[in-house]
Amino acid sequence: MINKRVGSAAEAVADIHDGATVMIGGFGEAGSPIELIHALIDRGSRDLTVVSNNTGSGHVGLAALIENKQVRKMICSFPRTANSTVFPELYRAGNIELELVPQGTLAERIRAGGAGIPAFYTPTAVGTQLGEGKEHRNFNGTEYVLEHGLRADFALVMANLADRYGNLTFNKTARNFGPIMCMAARTSIVQVREMREPGGIDPEAIVTPGIFVKRVVVIPEPAQESQLVREGACYP
Amino acid sequence: MTTAPAKPAKPAAIGWTRDDMARLAALDIPDGSYVNLGIGIPELVAQHVPAGREIILHTENGLLGVGPAPAAGQEDPELINAGKKPVTAIPGAAFFHHADSFSMIRGGHIDICVLGAFQVAGNGDLANWSTGEPDAIPAVGGAMDLVAGVKTVFILTEHNTKSGAPKIVGKCTYPLTGLRVVGRIYTNLAVIDVRPEGLVVTAVAPGVSWEDLAAKTGAPLIDGRAKLQAKA
Repeated sequence: MINKRVGSAAEAVADIHDGATVMIGGFGEAGSPIELIHALIDRGSRDLTVVSNNTGSGHVGLAALIENKQVRKMICSFPRTANSTVFPELYRAGNIELELVPQGTLAERIRAGGAGIPAFYTPTAVGTQLGEGKEHRNFNGTEYVLEHGLRADFALVMANLADRYGNLTFNKTARNFGPIMCMAARTSIVQVREMREPGGIDPEAIVTPGIFVKRVVVIPEPAQESQLVREGACYP
Repeated sequence: MTTAPAKPAKPAAIGWTRDDMARLAALDIPDGSYVNLGIGIPELVAQHVPAGREIILHTENGLLGVGPAPAAGQEDPELINAGKKPVTAIPGAAFFHHADSFSMIRGGHIDICVLGAFQVAGNGDLANWSTGEPDAIPAVGGAMDLVAGVKTVFILTEHNTKSGAPKIVGKCTYPLTGLRVVGRIYTNLAVIDVRPEGLVVTAVAPGVSWEDLAAKTGAPLIDGRAKLQAKA
């Protein structure tokens, strides 16, 4: 019998090892799997490479993972946001690496990685600092740069509904990087608000088919990052 | 009784207001367009779409059909725009993931984007993501994808920086976002088309002389107003 549900966030992240590459979903707080990130802080894995659009806010979630010195390198498009101080301070002090990637290139690198495409050409960043040093090629009179697909050992993602096969739906703009990160990680770990019986989600409405999902944890009422930041919360 | 010395009068702002600029840009967006609005002044364009015209707003974090800001207390932290502000979704809206969203952008499906600028060069080069200062945290977001893929790029910006330096320049000194990507510039002083022959001014704000405009611009300007009038 297939049952991808695991009992707790701690159990779900137990095998995330030192040095792992971890994709973390979310655009700002929308779709950020905060309970899974906190479980990874408890787990204490270090020397991580994290792929995520932003670098978190306040002292909870992704910002707390970075503050806890567990992240060696960030691959992201926009490493500063309102209430984002942790990453900027470490970066200025030379204590964390940054690979800055245009947002659409980041998304396509993740999608390509998950789709078995090792590299692709894109017009984004041609003639800019972020295109420098990359292989260029001209197709039909237009210049493109070569970008490589991204894979990860693990993905941490927030979705809305799941069944025991790992089929997923998402909520509004919290979908963002979730579906493609599930595709690109060898082990994708998803927190959802609610679990349904197989057949309880309309097959036409499933966004991520269960084949891309390894583990599901139910967190009925996830913490809201912006509220924790307003309250001045710190994790752990 | 003594009177306080009069404060020096603040010089009257010249030219168009930000709402005027947004209204001018909105007038140039055809019915049925798919449009991406950048963070800041470009967001005002949504409030000036002429009655009877239907445009669909795209936000790159995964929504087509962005509606107005929600009423106080109705904000949903999972329904936000690219500036991470709460929005609503219109009836007929669609949600999608990031790879689809940037396929819309890079694949040439978005008709117009309206962006801010640090600098625009006479040839249409744009710098709007980094001032290149040594202690700045580099952050690019979707700016480079938008200018590389969207069919027409409008820039909505003050004509000059706070210190008075021209934002329209011969050559950008800030790190570039894209090469030869800008189509039209709306500032508080003028509307300027970027064409193969150069920067062509199609409208100048009331009370602004050609000499003022030229003095506040760092690249040569061509007067395109006479031709428009001659045609009319």
